[in-house]
Amino acid sequence: MANLTLENIKKSFGVVEVIPGVDLEINDGEFVVFVGPSGCGKSTLLRMIAGLEDVSDGDIRIDSASVVNTPAADRGVAMVFQSYALYPHMTVRENLSFGLENIRMAKPEIARRVSDAAQLLQIEQLLERRPKQLSGGQRQRVAIGRAITRDPKIFLFDEPLSNLDAELRVLMRIEITKLHERLGNTMIYVTHDQIEAMTMADKIVVLRKGVIEQVGAPLDLYNNPRNIFVAGFIGSPRMNFIEGSLVRTDAGHVAFEAEGLQPLPLPDADPSLGARERVTLGVRPEDFVISREAGAGWPVAVGVAEQYGASSYLHCTLKGEIPVLIHEAGQSLAKRGDVLHIAPRGKQYHLFDADGLAIGR
Amino acid sequence: MTDLGVVKTGSSIGAFITRRRGRKKLDWTDWLTYVYLLLGLVIMFTPVLWVVVSSFKTPANLTEFPPTLLPYAAETVIVEGHDAPLPLFDVTTEEGETVRLAQLRRVGINAQMIDPANPEERLTIPVENAQPVRQIYLAGENYTNLLSSTGGMIWRYVFNSLFITIVATIITLIMNSMAAFALSKYRFRGSNMALVAILATLMIPATVVLVPTYMIVAQLGLVGNLWGVILPTVATPTGVFLLRQYMLTIPDELIEAARMDHASEWRIFWRIILPLSAPALAVVAIFSILSRWNDFLLPLVVLTRRESYTLQLALASFSTEYGIRYDLLLAMTTLTALPLAFAFIFLQRYITSGIASTGIK
Repeated sequence: MANLTLENIKKSFGVVEVIPGVDLEINDGEFVVFVGPSGCGKSTLLRMIAGLEDVSDGDIRIDSASVVNTPAADRGVAMVFQSYALYPHMTVRENLSFGLENIRMAKPEIARRVSDAAQLLQIEQLLERRPKQLSGGQRQRVAIGRAITRDPKIFLFDEPLSNLDAELRVLMRIEITKLHERLGNTMIYVTHDQIEAMTMADKIVVLRKGVIEQVGAPLDLYNNPRNIFVAGFIGSPRMNFIEGSLVRTDAGHVAFEAEGLQPLPLPDADPSLGARERVTLGVRPEDFVISREAGAGWPVAVGVAEQYGASSYLHCTLKGEIPVLIHEAGQSLAKRGDVLHIAPRGKQYHLFDADGLAIGR
Repeated sequence: MTDLGVVKTGSSIGAFITRRRGRKKLDWTDWLTYVYLLLGLVIMFTPVLWVVVSSFKTPANLTEFPPTLLPYAAETVIVEGHDAPLPLFDVTTEEGETVRLAQLRRVGINAQMIDPANPEERLTIPVENAQPVRQIYLAGENYTNLLSSTGGMIWRYVFNSLFITIVATIITLIMNSMAAFALSKYRFRGSNMALVAILATLMIPATVVLVPTYMIVAQLGLVGNLWGVILPTVATPTGVFLLRQYMLTIPDELIEAARMDHASEWRIFWRIILPLSAPALAVVAIFSILSRWNDFLLPLVVLTRRESYTLQLALASFSTEYGIRYDLLLAMTTLTALPLAFAFIFLQRYITSGIASTGIK
């Protein structure tokens, strides 16, 4: 069992406060992804867990034992670095066994662990090579292998796929997920790529400026973002945001009104919301109902139509120069200059108040 | 573009040396480059070549004016009734014939000569009609005399020089690299001050500290001891600076990875930093070997006994004890320069190959 508890941990470099205080509970065997824009403190958080960075205040507990004052090597965690950090002058085998030699493990045991890890990652034929003779994907495997041989309680990954090309990234994503299933260890994975977060995580932690914005399962975050930041960050392409206000219709329903646009009835909105100034309506690109007849919704002009083959993305503008991205399944017939009419599909919309917090849920 | 095409063919040395900027014919920049390089070669290499060639000249040949380009020796012949071999001359007789005679002695503008075939008859020939018969002759005896005339002490000098050079260089490399490691990879208060203080010592000429150095060496009782030459110069500011600058380019992640691999700081230094600094260490080693081998002033002051002389001191002593024995002096100069040439040839490949950057990315 390897639970990890972060209790109000803080980090500041001089007067700059990078992490003002984070509380987090990670359960044994979970695959947790820290995601956020660059500079949000996710890597710092990971390095504090690893023990490479001192904690300014607060407590880190692994299996309910505080490790704040434990050296990195003795915390029972292993880290895969963004640059892989393989020792360039050592062969793959030496890279894998270096950490074990340092704790004076018996030679046969080292050999066994190295060959087990090599077998697991299919790098057996590379063991006598040096890192510079390996491709990016192979180096990545060696870096993971080095972590595996140490048999850690917790694996830490610091943007491990950012140096790979797009195709390889997809493959390695799946491999790491499979590896997690096979090993069953707790893994913490840092990335700025929300697709990696969505596809790999059991639990996503969205960070911004050192503050946790939301924690939850990927689809939970996707469907119920707690605020406008999470809504915009999770999901690709981004959610569309339209600023406006809420009004009450004659029938007692709630409608969304934006400047220059006809009021859009929101049939399933909580009636208690009432009329409100300054709200933001968020609709994901795939959540629009598109119609070519007038009257069915807001008119938008198609600017660029991107055909992906299996799906299409229409870059449109709403009245008032508000950009709107629309996803259409299959191959779209829309061309530049066409006017379409759009409305959110059913309940598939999000409302945020002036502070950016989700409302009406 | 033109450069690229040429570089591709530059795999062999011949192609490398003859590469040029113009594709088919020599560009004017090629002329400029080759003239400049040849000039440099001549200026730098001629004195070296002159010393080496001259070291194979006989003492008589050395004192000749004008000097000969190649080492010549007068051809001699052994004639019955004369113990010493007699030099041969080509003599033009009054009839215009040329005959080869051996010279017995020279008296004023005339010389007494005999025909080797007919040793009884003595001829008196004007010197201006006689041309010495000479052939190219490598006076290897300069080298053998060197060994015999010093009575085996030469090996003592060689040992002293080698001992000082090798031991001092090893200690210099270890001391300098440890200082450089601390100054490049540890963040501590005053690290910059320490670096500046070390570099500031560059501004103090070695001659200024010669007397204080001698006094310290004398206090330690190391006068006449080889350690008295080795110890005062094991820490060099240039070495520290050079190594520090190189170590800055070794990624910190490697050190962090090693730290997580249970490596002690000493082990990180020994197993990670030192192997990766090999190119810089080679440069420092070359500098150290050069300066230690050629060092004259400090050994002159410290090494007072003949048994502790280095080669350089022994070289200097040739011009005092025997007058100037140019033949021995030149032979020894050549021998003294050889180890440096070998050290450079062996180490220069490390200078050109950078290893550190290959393991990352």
